[in-house]
Amino acid sequence: MIDRTFIGRSFAPLTVAVEAGRLRAFASATNQRDPIYRDRIAAQAAGYRDIPAPLTFLFTLDLEREDPFYFINEMKIELARVLHGEQAFTYGAPICAGDEVTLTSTVEDIFDKKGGALEFVTLKTHATNQLGKDLGTMTRSIVVRNA
Amino acid sequence: MMSDVTFDSIEVGDSLPALTQREISRTTLALFAGASGDHNPIHIDIDFAKAAGMPDVFAHGMLNMTYLGHLLTAWVPQSAVREFSTRFVAITQIHAEVTCTGRVVEKREGNLVALEIEATDQNGEVKLAGKALVELP
Repeated sequence: MIDRTFIGRSFAPLTVAVEAGRLRAFASATNQRDPIYRDRIAAQAAGYRDIPAPLTFLFTLDLEREDPFYFINEMKIELARVLHGEQAFTYGAPICAGDEVTLTSTVEDIFDKKGGALEFVTLKTHATNQLGKDLGTMTRSIVVRNA
Repeated sequence: MMSDVTFDSIEVGDSLPALTQREISRTTLALFAGASGDHNPIHIDIDFAKAAGMPDVFAHGMLNMTYLGHLLTAWVPQSAVREFSTRFVAITQIHAEVTCTGRVVEKREGNLVALEIEATDQNGEVKLAGKALVELP
């Protein structure tokens, strides 16, 4: 059983740089053909300050830690038993290459189903940039297969 | 990218242009692990996957969610997207060929349009069932 006292707990914030090279690598790895996701000039022509981070990139930014699976390990969950159940994003100001993003994550809920055979953890992350602008949120739910 | 999709030009029931991705190979997963920072070995190390009771490595959920994102941003500019969420309904096996589809389910005040979006494999099995909210000019 995951320790339920983690509900409501926040983890150490992370501040991370959004790098153009990383955005290009992400575009290549996901077969993104739109040039705004790799070329600054194309991005600026489309109205962005610089190459925009794609819709799911906040998830990647939060993995830029010494321990990318920090909350899973802190809750003493075995990674091999973890599946990704749900993922949600809300969007504020655009995230672009050159930004510094600060992410703060809080455990929203921990619950179980099927008599504890499956446990669920919901983690909500708020993001702001170097100007203090709200970049939106992401909420992830993981499923832990105990049986 | 310019988009000619406007609030007045669309109707409930309209479909987004479907997007089929290339087959998900082991190379796809290795490159996505590196680029996304998700190094969970269950997606790239068959020994680890088998020890975890899986028949093989399988695709990162976030790879398919990113493909669903491509569906949205091929239709409207990314800045139009206000909300985007998905349930990971089933594991996406290695060698899957994923097609993303979507349709308009509601038009709301404030030029907001609600979408239902889906990623299915080559057998028609639903892998991701999602929603998005876009704000149109």
